[in-house]
Order: sequence, then structure tokens, then C-alpha cells
Amino acid sequence: MAELTYREAVAAGIAQEMERDERVVFLGEDVAAAGGVFKSTVGLLERFGPRRVRDTPISEQAIIGAAMGAAMTGLRPIAEIMFSDFFAVCWDMIANEIAKARYMTAGQMSLPLVIRTANGAGSRFGAQHSQSVENWAMAVPGLKVVAPSTPADVKGLLAAAVRDPDPVIFFEHKGLYATKGEVPDGELVDRLGTAKVLRRGDDVTLVALAAMVPRALAAASRLQEEHGISATVVDLRSLVPLDVPTLLAETAKTGRLYTVEENPRLCGWGAEIASIVAEEAFYDLDGPIVRITTPHVPLPAADALEDNAVPTVERIVQTVVRTAG
Amino acid sequence: MPTENDIERGTRLALYKSLLEIRLLEKRAYDLFLQNLVKGTSHLSLGQEAVAAGFAVAMRKDDFTFCTYRGHAHTLARGVSMAGLLGELMGRSCGLMQGKGGSMHLTSVEHGAMGSYAIVGAHLPVAAGAAWSAQYRGSGQVAVCFFGDGTANIGAFHEALNFAVVWKLPVVFVCENNLYMEYTPIRSVTAVEHPAADRAAAYGLPSVIVDGNDADAVYRIARSSIGKAREGAGPSLIEAKTYRTSGHSRADPGKYRPPGELDEWARRDPVALYRSRLLGQDFAEATLQELEKTVQRAVDEATETAKASAPASLDVIERDVWADGGASWRS
Repeated sequence: MAELTYREAVAAGIAQEMERDERVVFLGEDVAAAGGVFKSTVGLLERFGPRRVRDTPISEQAIIGAAMGAAMTGLRPIAEIMFSDFFAVCWDMIANEIAKARYMTAGQMSLPLVIRTANGAGSRFGAQHSQSVENWAMAVPGLKVVAPSTPADVKGLLAAAVRDPDPVIFFEHKGLYATKGEVPDGELVDRLGTAKVLRRGDDVTLVALAAMVPRALAAASRLQEEHGISATVVDLRSLVPLDVPTLLAETAKTGRLYTVEENPRLCGWGAEIASIVAEEAFYDLDGPIVRITTPHVPLPAADALEDNAVPTVERIVQTVVRTAG
Repeated sequence: MPTENDIERGTRLALYKSLLEIRLLEKRAYDLFLQNLVKGTSHLSLGQEAVAAGFAVAMRKDDFTFCTYRGHAHTLARGVSMAGLLGELMGRSCGLMQGKGGSMHLTSVEHGAMGSYAIVGAHLPVAAGAAWSAQYRGSGQVAVCFFGDGTANIGAFHEALNFAVVWKLPVVFVCENNLYMEYTPIRSVTAVEHPAADRAAAYGLPSVIVDGNDADAVYRIARSSIGKAREGAGPSLIEAKTYRTSGHSRADPGKYRPPGELDEWARRDPVALYRSRLLGQDFAEATLQELEKTVQRAVDEATETAKASAPASLDVIERDVWADGGASWRS
């Protein structure tokens, strides 16, 4: 076991896969010589050379289009889009081209590629560099969607994404890059589409993703200590494929389901989860499903505003206390 | 300067055959619209056949073609089955993509036809990526990317050109300038006369303009630009001046054309032009007639095969979203 930061785990995951498979190549803005604006790809250029680790111009359509063309002709590219907000300038490539190629061609075309991106709030960058857009990706058939919350999950799920035969959108959370965690030594390969139960309780089930996972855990501790409410916490880890069996089972055990989502309210990922549970496990519920989300607003920049727009530990605790009764 | 004899006689016949196949298949596609056997939309290359033929004949079997929604010609020119192509237009199960793609998305990976892209400009970066892969793998393959004049005004065109030049990629970008961006004359919405070639200098490339109705001229520039890419000397940008004699799509009667323009271009019809050139080079009339009959027969047979094929199977609706063959989003 070694202790790595979340950002070190990104580089470790990429390095593990590049070491293993010559077809894995990596491109993006400032990713090679600079090691990434979040320093999450430091050392890769030195280790694998400029043929495999490449800086690009600020041309998101070219980056994603190139990854697509490379993937359909035998490579396994990893492309970085610096901020997930920039998906909006290359969404044609992701949503219209990459997501649909296999389907439209009746399986002729394979696109084994990974698009990594820094998602989410916490850096006071304002509305165009702080969004949580995982629900955009989830809404498009043909994309797998992953969002890890710990360094070990970053490394293992990134390896799984690279080895997956389908396009994977890999959301790293920029608010988690500095966090640390134990990462097992040696080769680490996780499985997409598997949620993790991080804590078991009897009264309520909190389902969270990425940076909302540590908040849900902190809220669960406070609920227990301050209010005697015992909470299960599920880290979804992946939105597509979605681990529906775990969701249903963990909801059934407590009878109360809460989603903790950083994306804005309307059509956030929790809406789909609420719909699935309502359709498939209605009689296991002892009360309404409650969604705790960022309000339906663009994210404000000031620290006090940003911190309070995104679900806080306090808001999670208060919402559960108010509704779990 | 190339001489009259710099193209082998066998190659010339291959060019004429390709021109004929495209012309006769596109005419058949049009007839099938009129019979309501082709649904949706369709964008024909009637009048533009020489661009597709000239490049395809110059390509190696494992080179990559990327084209637009006006892609029947480019797909067919790579040797794809006519029945598969017509079947796809008609939504039949014998279609190249089992009816899931349609006219605007014809693809045959085994023939190097790496897709027809219906969002203007999207495929230029993708072609650059395929060229990057060829460069990385040292395969010697070249990507050829066809697009219309309207594409030269969209962002992806500029991103892809810069990217391809900086990475010195083996890709040939081919603008088919048919004078109209859908219904609007390209000159009325573009700051320069030649929408692609006049921008080449901005990316450190020479401006190359070719007569897109002359299959020999296209073939020559295809041969040299593909050869240059294959030798590792980087990308090229070529603007082929041509004219589509049918509407933009099925819905377009082409009323925006000034009087006389269509007739003027009809006099430079690429198929008729090439036929008379071959006759001038001592190809026998009988040889050409025989080829014409053979191609017409192939189009007729493909039409019957496609008509006889069952409608697209409903089984494919939830198939092939993922590599496992399925469409499940839950684990």
C-alpha cells in the first residue's frame, strides 16, 4: 500500500496502462511538458516520450476528433479535456460522433477511448470552469460515464476505462485532486458499473458521487452522533453502466433514499435514480425519495456563494433530519 | 507537366468504370426516391463523380476515406457492394449497416470507408486522428477526407488543418467546391474566392486548385498528394472545382441557380468528358459500350437484390450500442 493523492493516482493509472499496452497514447492541452494544469499527468512525458504523450493546440474538436480517428484504427487513446465545461465546444464530437459510431455502423466500428476531464466545483473559478456535467454525458446513449471519489478508485477505474472496448467519459473531480488515500501496490484494475457501499446503517440510504461522497460520509457521521440516525452511504462511482442491483438492495434495507448530487437540479443523475427506484422498488420505500442537489443555477464564483450552492454537509444533515422522521 | 501518357490505360479504364458506377447508381438512387422506396433524405453526387473516382483509384486498398452526408459516391468508389449501399438507402436488412445509418452515414470499415459524417466539418479532425494512428503504427496508410465548400467556414475545418500540419499527419483534405453551400452561393457567405485553397496559406500549405470535373486531373493530384503523405511529408489541402447537377438534397429543386449555369456545367459533364477523351486515345467504342452495359447490369441487379431484401429487422433497435452487442445501461 502506498499513500497517493488523487492527482498522483491519475498519472499512476495512465502510466500503468501505457506500460502494459503500446496502443495507449495520451493527448491534450498542456498535458505533456507542463504535466497538466492540475499536475495530474506529471512525469508521463519523461517516462513514455513525446511520441505517446502529446501536447495539442487549444482545439477541443481536434483533440476529441483525433482520439476518435485513432481509436477506430487500432489505438487506445486517452484524451484530456482540461475542464469539463469545455465539453460544450466539442460536444458534437462526443455526443454525435463518438457515442453513435458503433450503433450507426451496426457494430462495424469500435471506439476504445477514454476522455478524461476535470469536473466540479470548489476552486472559485466561476460558472464556466466549475460545472458538474456528468448528467450531460449520462443522457447520451453510447457513452460510459465514470466519476471516482478516491485515489484507489481513480487508478483502478481509469485502468478499467482504458481496457474497456467502448468510449468512457472519466470525470475527475477538481476539488478532490489534493486528497490522499491508500492505493494498493502492483497492477490495479477495477470494474466499471459497480457501486461501493462505504458505510451501512439502518435508517436512511445516501447515494453520492465524486466530491459528494466524502460529504455524504461526513454527514452520516454527524447524523449518527448528533441525531441518532444511522445512514448507509453508497458511492455510485459509475453512472453508465449503473449498478441498479446495489441501489435497489441498499434502498430496500433502510426504506429511505437520498441522492446527493453536485449537478444542477433539473435532470440531474438523481432524477433517473429516483425514477428507477420508484418504478422498481416502490413498496420498499417508507417515505418519499429526496434529492439533495445544487440549485438550478449557474455556479457563482465567490467562495461563500460556491460553497453554499453545492450541497454541504450541513445541508445534507438538515435535509435528512427534516424528512427522515 | 504531366503528359497525356502518364496514366496507364488500365487505370484510365478503372477511372471510367468508377465514374460510370457512381453516375448510374446515383441516378438509380434518384429513381428510387421518386418511387418512394428511398425514405428520408439523400444527397447525390451527380456532376461531381470525378472527384470520388479520381481519388479512390489513386488510393491503396488499406487507405482511409472520410466523407460527408454526400457520401454515396465516395463509399461506392472504395468497392462497397451496390446492393448493400442501395439496401441501406431503402432501409432494408441487406443494407450496409442493417438500416441503422441511412443515406447520410454510409460506412464500410472493411473497405476503408470510415464513415459518412452528417455534421458539417466533424470528420476533418477524425480523419486527422486516423492519420495519426497510421503515423504512430508506421502502417503507411493515408487518410483522405472529402468535404464541401461550406465546410471551410466551420471551426472544425480550421482546428483540423492546424492540427494536421503541426503533427505532420498523412492526411489529404479535399474540398469539393460545387459553388453552393446547400441553397446559398458560397461566394456570398465567404470572405475569399476559394473557400479552402485561399485559406491554405494560413496553415503553411500551398494553395492547390484542380478541375474537379476532369478525372485525370483529379487522379494526378490525388496520386501526388497521397504519395507525399505516404512518404511522411505531411498533409495537403486540395480544392476541386465542380458542380452538382442535382439539388442539395431530395427536397431541393435548385431554383437558386442563375439561368444558363446548369447548361454550361452540363457541357463539362465529367462522365461524357472522360468518355470522349478515352475515344481520342484509341479506346474502342465497343470496349466502352461493353463496360457501360456491365455497370448498368450491376446496378439493376443490386436494385433487385435490395428490393427483394426484407425491411430492416426490429431486432437491431437495441443492438450494438456497446461492444458486447447490446444496449444495456445497467449492470
